[in-house]
This record gives sequence, C-alpha cells and structure tokens, in this order.
Amino acid sequence: MSEISVFDVMGPNMIGPSSSHTAGALRIALLASRLAKGRILHAKFVLYGSFARTYHGHGTDRALVGGILGYNTDDERIRDSFEYAKEAGVTYEFIENFTNKDVHPNTVDIELTCEGQHVVTVRGESIGGGNAVIRKLNGIDIHINGASPIVLVKHWDRKGALAYMTKVLSDSDLNIAALNLYREGKGKIAYAIAELDGKVSSEVLKKLDDYPDNILTIYIPALL
Amino acid sequence: MNFRNGKELLSYCEEKNCSISEAMIKREVEDIERPLEETMEKMHTAWDIMKKSVERSLTEDVRSMGGLIGGESKKINQLREDGKNICGSVISKAIAYAVGVLEVNASMGLIVAAPTAGSSGVMPGTMLAMQQEHGFSDEEIVKALFNASAIGYLVTRNATTAGAEGGCQAEVGSASAMAASAVVELMGGTPKQCLDAASFAIINLLGLVCDPVGGLVEFPCQLRNAQGATTALTSAEMSLSGITCPAPIDETIDIMYSVGKAIPSELRETSLGGMATSKGACSRCNMCH
Repeated sequence: MSEISVFDVMGPNMIGPSSSHTAGALRIALLASRLAKGRILHAKFVLYGSFARTYHGHGTDRALVGGILGYNTDDERIRDSFEYAKEAGVTYEFIENFTNKDVHPNTVDIELTCEGQHVVTVRGESIGGGNAVIRKLNGIDIHINGASPIVLVKHWDRKGALAYMTKVLSDSDLNIAALNLYREGKGKIAYAIAELDGKVSSEVLKKLDDYPDNILTIYIPALL
Repeated sequence: MNFRNGKELLSYCEEKNCSISEAMIKREVEDIERPLEETMEKMHTAWDIMKKSVERSLTEDVRSMGGLIGGESKKINQLREDGKNICGSVISKAIAYAVGVLEVNASMGLIVAAPTAGSSGVMPGTMLAMQQEHGFSDEEIVKALFNASAIGYLVTRNATTAGAEGGCQAEVGSASAMAASAVVELMGGTPKQCLDAASFAIINLLGLVCDPVGGLVEFPCQLRNAQGATTALTSAEMSLSGITCPAPIDETIDIMYSVGKAIPSELRETSLGGMATSKGACSRCNMCH
C-alpha cells in the first residue's frame, strides 16, 4: 500500500456521520457513476450487511445518491441529495438484502440505467476510513479503489488489443503502475484496467477508442 | 527521513533539534512528495472546517439523523456563561466544542475525521479551547495539528484507529493521544514530553469499548468525545509538570492494539453489547421508532 499521508490521519474532510457508511458509500457510487457512459437516469442500490441495517441513520442513502450526482465526500449538498437528484431528473431505489451474508459487511450493488438503455452494474465495498473498492463490474471480478488515475478498456478478447493499449500509453509518456486483465471467456468481452502514474489526455482516449477491437474506453481520474 | 515508530521519531527530533510538528511536515514534503505550500494550505483548510463545525453547533439548530443528540454544546456553553461551570474555562470549552462537532457530524454536516468521524470532536474541542484561553494564533494551532497527526500516523501505521477493530479506545483514545501531544507542543514541551502525554491518554482510555446505540455515531460517542478532550488536557498537564511515562509510546500503542483485539466483537461497533443494548437509549432513537 502507499505511504500514509498526514491527511489520511487529519482527514478526510467529510460530511458525517460515518467515514465507512457515509464517505465510503459515496466513493463507491462516485466510482460507479464514472464507470457509466452517458447520462444516468436511474440508480438501483441493493444494500447488504451493516449498510442494510443502518443506512438511513448514517445517511448512506443520501451519500450514495450524492455519489451518483458526482459529489465529493466534503460536498454540503449530500444532505439534500434526494432533492438535487429530482432536479437533475435522476430516479433511485433502495433494496435491503438481509439474506446474503457471504459479503463484506458494508457492501452495495449498484445498477445504473443510462440514456439509450445502457445498463452498468457495480459491486462496491466500503473498507474503512472513507476508503472504498469496486469489486465487480458487469458481473466480472475487478479491483478499483480510485487512488490513482485509471484507464479501463472494454474490448474483444483478441490478440494485439493489449499491445495496442500499452503502446498508446507509453507513446504518450504514461507509466503503468499496475495492469489487470479480466475476461468473460476466451474470445469474449474482456477488460484491461491500467493504473497510471499520470493524467490522461482526451487524445490518448480517442486513440484507444479508435482501435477496432475496443468496445469502450473509460478514464477515471484519481479521487480526492 | 521516514520514521516508522515513536523511537525513530524521537531520535530524529533530538538529532535535528526540531519539534514533532516540524518532523511531520518534513515527512509529508519529502516522503509523500506534497509541496510545502500545498501541505500547509490543506491543514489550514482542515482547521477552518474544525472551527466552523464548532461554530455551527453553537449558533444553529443542529438535528441529528437518529435524534439521540442535539443541543448539548449550547447547554455546556450556557452553564459556563452563567458562571456555574466547575471544570475551569479550558476544559469547559473543550468539552462543549467536542460534543458540538459530534452534533454537526450526526446531522450530516461538514467535519474533519481526526482521525475518524466518530472521534472528530476531540481535536477541534481541545485546539479551539487552547486558542481562546491561551491566545495561540491560527498558524500555531495549524502547526500543532501536524504534531497531532504524527501520533495519529504512528497509531495508524502500527495499530488501528478503527472502532470495529480496536474499540473506542482506538478512535477516541487515539484522538485524545493526538490532542495531548499537540497541547504539550503548544505549551513549549519537548518531543519526549509530547509522546509521554500521548501515552498517558492512551493508558487512561485503554479498554474503552465501541457500543453505539442503533449503530449510529451519536450516543455514547458524543459523551466520549468530551471525555477524550478532557483526558488529552489532563494527560498534557501531567506530562508538562515533569511526570514521565515508564512505558514508551511504541509499547502503549502495541498494548492498545492487543487490548483492542481482545475486546469481544459485541463491543466493537456491532451494536450487540454495551450501551447499544440499553432499552432506555434505544427507545429514544428515531431509527426503529
């Protein structure tokens, strides 16, 4: 893990009441919203464990909606996120799941329906101190925590796709800190997720998008 | 220069003849590679948020989500203003402000987790009381916050600040140790006296369980933030008087961690034991009623 900063101790600056149930939940939803392409119309949240039992009193529900709206953990609008969602035309629903106990105690599944009926599903865990991890994307096991900038390429599992991606990144003077690969099956949909040491320009993303076997390119800047 | 424990921190301070806050600032700039200006600016922002959260609790009608707390800060303040307080101004203010920040936190207001949201009242409570009663400038307080962070860093690195892992002693106990050390530096104490004060605070809150009613950061969390602030001040006073701690800080942190692991899970943020089982408290919580 990376070294502990003074502001990991004296921080985060956050809307209360709980770093795990409020700030961490918001981060999951914020990452989920960045994994969606296009305007989000509806968000379905399935809450497990401690999230399911205490979400109302911890404002977990308001934080999740705030994350979908793109707020950071210190945004004073979180408390009134339901009203802001209404203004923005975003609907939402919460479902408590008490039966599945085989999950981290602070887990939420998020299903986002976007314009054009695109649907993205994400599972996230709030792991303490306001930190969060995305564990699943569209049913595939992944690991994203928002600590570094990330480029996610959804592509057909064919040879050369990865070589193209790493070449584009290195040609743009971007160093890859970590690279993880996931696929639905041989020759099917695959994901390449690169954690980078620097910020990514729109030209780089355009180049990645242009590759014929690439289905979708998403850039997630590091969270604050 | 990165230090991993109290021993390394102390020998660095003694070798360079610098304060703990200076060592922590240097560590952030050199090892985390955050520019000095940005580092100082971010801590000033944290201090601003802390002061504003206290002010909100004293001037606004703050209502918690669970309904278990609200208005306590104003009551303690009023008692002092009426000249009826028994604790003296510093402690009276520190506890009023500490409980106030917990009210703001529980109402989904903006706070600084220091080191956690559940213990977010201790640092602003003690620091603002010290500023008002001893006339410290914002710059001096901001510097003291780096001192406090050094203690929080040692606990985070070598033990835990999570209530689910170590009980309330890991949250409010750590916050109290951070504040104790910061107060000692403000008052001109040595780095060794800072670490001893931090040890005293940890020792005095050792074993404290985490048993929030309804799982909410309200009761008894709010009361314990007042206790954490008070313990910080008494620990600092003992250390400044020349009392030394026979156990070094690295040992007290290790011991706090092992005590935390020995606390039954019912008393580590699961709300299955302790005050969480109080029928009286549960009946006043909005969540199930």
